[in-house]
This record gives sequence, structure tokens and C-alpha cells, in this order.
Amino acid sequence: MQTHQYDVVIVGAGGAGMRAALESSTRARTAVLSKLYPTRSHTGAAQGGMCAALGNVEEDNWEWHTFDTVKGGDYLVDQDAAEVMAKEAIDAVLDLEHMGLPFNRTPDGKIDQRRFGGHTRNHGEAAVRRACYAADRTGHMILQTLYQQCVKQDVAFFNEVYALDLLLTHDLMAGDVPADEEVKVAGVVAHDLATGELHVFRAKSVILATGGAGKIYKTTSNAHTLTGDGMALAYRKGIPLEDMEFFQFHPTGLAGLGILLSEAARGEGGILRNSEGERFMERYAPTIKDLAPRDMVARAMANEVREGRGCGPNKDYVLLDLTHLEPAHIDAKLPDITEFARTYLGVEPYTEPVPVYPTAHYAMGGVPTTIRGEVLRTNTAVVGGLYAAGEVACVSVHGANRLGTNSLLDINVFGKRAGIAAAEYSAAAELPELPESPGAAVTALLDRVLGGDGTEKVAVLRRELQEAMDAGAQVFRTAESLEATLATIGSLKERYASVAVQDKGKQFNTDLLEAVELGFLLDLAEVVVVGALAREESRGGHFREDFPARDDARFLQHTMAYLRQAPDGGTQVELGAKPVTITRYQPMERKY
Amino acid sequence: MSTEIAPETGSAEQAPGGAPVREPQAAAVASGRGERPDDGSFDVTLRIRRYLPEKDATAYWEEFTVRANRTDRLLDALHTVKWEIDGSLTFRRSCAHGICGSDAMRINGRNRLACKALLKDLDPAKPITVEPIKGLPVVKDLVVDMEPFFASYREVMPFLITGGNTPSAERRQSPEDRARYDDTTKCILCAACTSSCPVFWNDGQYFGPAAIVNAHRFIFDSRDEGGAQRLEILNDKEGVWRCRTIFNCTEACPRGIEVTKAIQEVKRAMITRAF
Repeated sequence: MQTHQYDVVIVGAGGAGMRAALESSTRARTAVLSKLYPTRSHTGAAQGGMCAALGNVEEDNWEWHTFDTVKGGDYLVDQDAAEVMAKEAIDAVLDLEHMGLPFNRTPDGKIDQRRFGGHTRNHGEAAVRRACYAADRTGHMILQTLYQQCVKQDVAFFNEVYALDLLLTHDLMAGDVPADEEVKVAGVVAHDLATGELHVFRAKSVILATGGAGKIYKTTSNAHTLTGDGMALAYRKGIPLEDMEFFQFHPTGLAGLGILLSEAARGEGGILRNSEGERFMERYAPTIKDLAPRDMVARAMANEVREGRGCGPNKDYVLLDLTHLEPAHIDAKLPDITEFARTYLGVEPYTEPVPVYPTAHYAMGGVPTTIRGEVLRTNTAVVGGLYAAGEVACVSVHGANRLGTNSLLDINVFGKRAGIAAAEYSAAAELPELPESPGAAVTALLDRVLGGDGTEKVAVLRRELQEAMDAGAQVFRTAESLEATLATIGSLKERYASVAVQDKGKQFNTDLLEAVELGFLLDLAEVVVVGALAREESRGGHFREDFPARDDARFLQHTMAYLRQAPDGGTQVELGAKPVTITRYQPMERKY
Repeated sequence: MSTEIAPETGSAEQAPGGAPVREPQAAAVASGRGERPDDGSFDVTLRIRRYLPEKDATAYWEEFTVRANRTDRLLDALHTVKWEIDGSLTFRRSCAHGICGSDAMRINGRNRLACKALLKDLDPAKPITVEPIKGLPVVKDLVVDMEPFFASYREVMPFLITGGNTPSAERRQSPEDRARYDDTTKCILCAACTSSCPVFWNDGQYFGPAAIVNAHRFIFDSRDEGGAQRLEILNDKEGVWRCRTIFNCTEACPRGIEVTKAIQEVKRAMITRAF
């Protein structure tokens, strides 16, 4: 087992990880670990844009953007964080432009901007052009541009290296830490896919930037690799996860496949229609119609299907109609997503409406952080040297429902902040001692899976998990559906103990890593469902049919889920609450 | 070279405990949504180039027969094999819809992304051959060592080079200037083009189409000031002049980039110094 030593170790090389690396690598000795080649990261799949109140094409300001973010998140957003994000959005976009990002341009050569769901002028009057974009491959261009800058700065990448354990100075699972002791991060343990060898990365600072966990669901826009690794690593060490019951279902996934079709399709004029040809969003959001926030549109779509107005032989999807748009306009603004429709469904969007249905898309919750990206281990205490940014984190700028484009913004603003903060922390910090046998837990885990004579197959357990989550914890939820899903997760966790893999080799054993990733998914799915059961209200992306109203008196608070030792010797999820930071905007009814 | 033929179907296989393994359709199809009820599933045979260096020093062919549906991609069939028949089958994949560039493979003799190749378009009546992309060292099964590919990419200085102070607002660029290099910004670095190039197969030192595409993306960007340096690099004997205009790269590109045209534009810029 090889040991490396760095000031800052960044886990994950998507947008947040690389944005952090650009800051930290100029200030401190930095390594970036990624289970993929950096350019494979799922930031590259983001399409529509990145909002910033540049005001290039019409009047706009960051305060409106802050308000939209807070309202879009159904008032569960921490308003100080949203304000930071909306203010720093402008520099974040300009930073990317200066790095070379090929934004679409206005006739006079400025960055062009277009409409996006939930982004409005003057607190909801009408849709505003706020999203800066590069055709419908904005995420691809952000990922490429950040990687290009990392090449320029000669950032040290360890590619196809899986972080499998987070090393802390204290065991948080055991209970309270003495008040005079500071809990710090000491590094990570990682598995090199090519050789199967373990590596210990000692570090003064660690930044988690591993992205989301969409693979807890079956129908999802997320990559196969989005298994919530960073969230699970933190959670298993006793660090809480915040607001995990809030998962975003993107309205327009290709029906049956879940592949994302950007909201930009509606920003450019696309219309959702039911089997009667009706523009049904006029009933649900009379002012901004198809550009309502994603949770509202996804629910409206699911409701149309449920009430028998779905399309197709099984009446189980609705239609995204672009046929009234000029083909040249579609080609210029939406080339990729229209190609997806042609390739995967054989539908020609110039002349035929595209079958769509909500797809699991984004975790609003995650590892709780401060606005400097510091990871919280309680409502107020941080883990020294540990940072998180991007989808793995919960700042919380997305609250109960993220607005479109705010994820690309989040990774840039808070990736940068975390990179700077981690490097500055490392400059003043000592390298913490490693725990005894730092690789022991990972070795035991891998040996158990490799050497086990179990009979359970990874793919079978994963499919059952994903089907249970789609069935019980999707757009609509009830106590009954959630209880059923939780019971399934419980039995799957038991079966997971006797999981076996066929590939017993050391080199490039993806069979083994899929088994490890399934363990992460099971833990995270449980947190999602336990949180969803406890939250007896409907807010943003979390809709309880048995509690259809928002209940600010009981639930205007963040959920904090802790893994703790149970009396029976096992572990259990314990829930706590954290207050929402409210600065400018008192909660109001959410209408569009 | 040994040849091992082991046709199997997922539904016929028994799990070690004796319980029948489920029909493979759930792994092969996302869900029933959006499908016509009369959609017939079909059997498809994959003829896969295997290489498991920890077991066998030589590569061999192995066949698997799996059940598939009409919207399935080759990646779905590979997953069915891996998840239900042989967990040791190894390949890279991530996004599964043609944007991350992980799963470039040689499919029926042609470079494509496994997640963009629909089985019904690959003539599933005959075995579909699947091999690793050529010209890069094979690590295991369909996985190749990408490092030489990325090394060539890094050599062309694939980043914006500018002089003077950074402006406080954006650098202006007209829509026409922006359009000039639009095509080459689509590259996802999957290596389908480079590993389809006969010149690259014979001479691994050749920069290859992908590196030139990424140089083009900056040479023709009106904001960039590093064009002359990049042209100097590509004027090398392993640079653009090695291109024999075979057009394999253009055919292979899953993003529809006119790769050969981009290489020609770089050649022309080298002569005229106008870009």
C-alpha cells in the first residue's frame, strides 16, 4: 500500500472538483482523484445553461435571481447562501469566458442569454433571459474548459482511482466528541482500478466533489457512475446528510429511457401537451406555464398521466412539442437533444412531438456545508480541513427544489470557494496523524466481496432497489409507499451481506467496484426514504399525497440524517433538524 | 490464439443457489414507458474480443447470446452479459447517451460508441463483433490504455492563450467568429477518430485526429493568440502532414464533427498563416 502526501486532495473531477483544483493548485500542493477520466464526468451531460444576472439582453439583477432561487426551492433555501451564489454568478460566468468557454453570442458579441424555468423578472412578473449557454451542451463546454485549464496549470490527476474511505481524527459514530477537541480530516484511502492496489492519500484538506446519486432510481438522467460515493463515505463516518428526501425529477426525460432533454427546449418555445393536445401547464402555472419550476412541471405531467390524459398505447407519457419552431432555430439552439430523440426513440422533432416523462435527475440534499464549503458534522461544528462542493454538498442553495441552471452555477461558485478555503486552511494546518492501519476497513470490505461465497448478484439487488425507489419514493409519495420501499431496502441490505462477484482478479475489476457502489446506493436510498417518511408535508420536490400542503410550522427546517450505532450493535439512521437561514424573504405561498 | 465459443442465454442460466436468474429484459430495457405493446424482443449474439491478462496471455473471441428490445443499444446488451452471465467482462461506460466518451469500441469493424449504437441498426440477425479500439494498448477486454491519446491532446496546448490584461467584462466575439470553430468544440475525447486512423495504427507517434481537432478549436477562436505556436507543433513530422485524407475519422466521429475538414483547415492555415 503506497502512501502519498498532499496539502489538498480533491475527490472527483467534474465541474466542482476541477473548479476547486484551479484555485487550490496555485496555492497548495494538490492532487485530484477521479474514478473516471475527468472529461467523462457527468457535468458534461448538463445542457441548457448557467444563470447569472448579466443583463446582457434585458434588465436583470442578482437580487431577482436570489429571490427566484429561494422561491424555487420552496423557502427551504438558506438565503445567505443563495445571495452569495446569485452575486458571484456574474464573475463565475466571466471567469469561464476568460478561460475560453465558447458561449453563444448576441449580435454585438456579448454572451447571449435565454429563458429558463423559474427564472423571472422582478419577483415573478414574467420569464427573464438569464441563462448563459453554449448551444445545448453548456455542461460539456464547462467540463472541457475546466479540464483545459487544468492541463494548462498541470494539475496532478489520479484517474480511475476510487476513493473508498475518508479518514478522520475521531470516530463520530461512537458519539459526542469532547468540546475541547477538534475533529479533522486526515486523508482518504483509494483503490487504483488499473492495478487493484490501495493507496493512502494523506492530506491537510480534502474536498469532496463526487456529484450525485441518481442511480438509486431506475429511471434517471444520471450516469451509471453516479452512485453517491462522496455522500456515502461521509455518512458512514458519522457526518450527517442534509435534506436527502429532496430529489429532483426532471420533467423531460426521453420516455422509457430517462435521457435528459434540456429545459432549454421549453426556454426556446417548446410546449408540453397531453393526449388531448392541450397545453396543460396553463392550468397549473398560468403565468409562466411550461417554464414553471421542475417540481411543479414534473408533478403536473405525472398527474396528467394519472388522470388518463397520457399519450401512447399505454398512456404513460406526455409530449414535448417543438414542431412549431423553425428547424434552423432548433439546429442552432438544441442540436444535441433533438439528436437524442432521433437516435434513441426514432422521433423527428421537426415534425413530431417527443415522448417525455419525469426522470430522476438531481439530489438537492447532500453533505452539509457552510458558505465557505466547510463540511458540518453538527448544525454548527465543522470537520477541520474537510470541504464539499457541487451536487455531493448541501449548502443549501437549492432547498426543496433546484432551479434549472443553478447546478452549473453551484459547481462554479462553491467549487471555487472550496478550492480557495481548502488551500488556505492547509497553509496554516499541520498534517494530522493517520489512524492505525488506515487501509484496514477498505481491505476488509473488498476481501469480503471478493472472497465471499455468497449467492446474491449485484445487478439483481441493484435492480430491485431501483424499482422499489421508482415505485415508492418518486414524484408522488405516501407513508404507505415509503414504508414499502423502506422494507425492501432493509431486506436488500441483508442480502447485500452475501453479495458475490464473478471477477476475482485485481486488474480493472469493475465487477468488484459495482458491488461497492451498490453498498453506497443502499445506504443513501435508506436516508432518502427515512427522511421522506418523517417529513409529513409537501414542499418542492418532496410531495406527500397524504400531506399535500406545505407545513412551515412543523417543517420549515432542514433534515439532518446521522448514521449512529444502534443498541442492538448494528447501525441506524437518526434524524435531527437544522434551522433554515432566512434573511430577506419570508415564506409565501408558491404560485407561478 | 484460442477460440472459445460459449453461447448462453441469461434466462437459461441458474444462479449458484439454484434459483433461476430473472429474464434479462429488465436490465436490457429501462421500462415499458414509451413503447408499443407489440414490440418484439429478439435474441442477439455478441462476438466479443476478450483479453484477461491475469488468466490468459492471449486474446480470444467469445460469444454470448442475450435477449434485447428494439430500443436497446449495444451497451445494454454488454450490460446484460456482464450483469447476468459473466461479471468479468470489462468495458468503460458512464453517461450511456453519447456525451461522456467512455465507451468507444470497434463494433462490426467500425468505431462507434456502444451507447449510441442501437442493436436494431447493427443487423442483429448476425453476430455483432465487438473489439477494443485499435492502436492503443489493450488493458483488459474492451479497455485500452488512454494515456498515449491524452498525451497527444495535451501536447497541442488545448487551452485558450491570451496576452495582456484580462478584461473586466467578457471578451467580445461576433456570432460569425463564434461559428468559425463551433464544430470542433463538440469533441468528447472518446478517441473513436484517432483509433480509426490507419496512419495512427502504423505510427503511434502521430498526433492523431482528436489532438488536431482540439488544436483547431483554439486556432480558429478569434480570442486566442496561440495559433502560431500550435501550428508550429503540428508542423512536426508527426503532425498534420501525416494525415492522408482517408476520412475514417469523420466517419467514426459520434458527434458528427467534420474531422477531416478540420485537419485540412489546419493544413491550409499552416501554408497561408491565415486563421
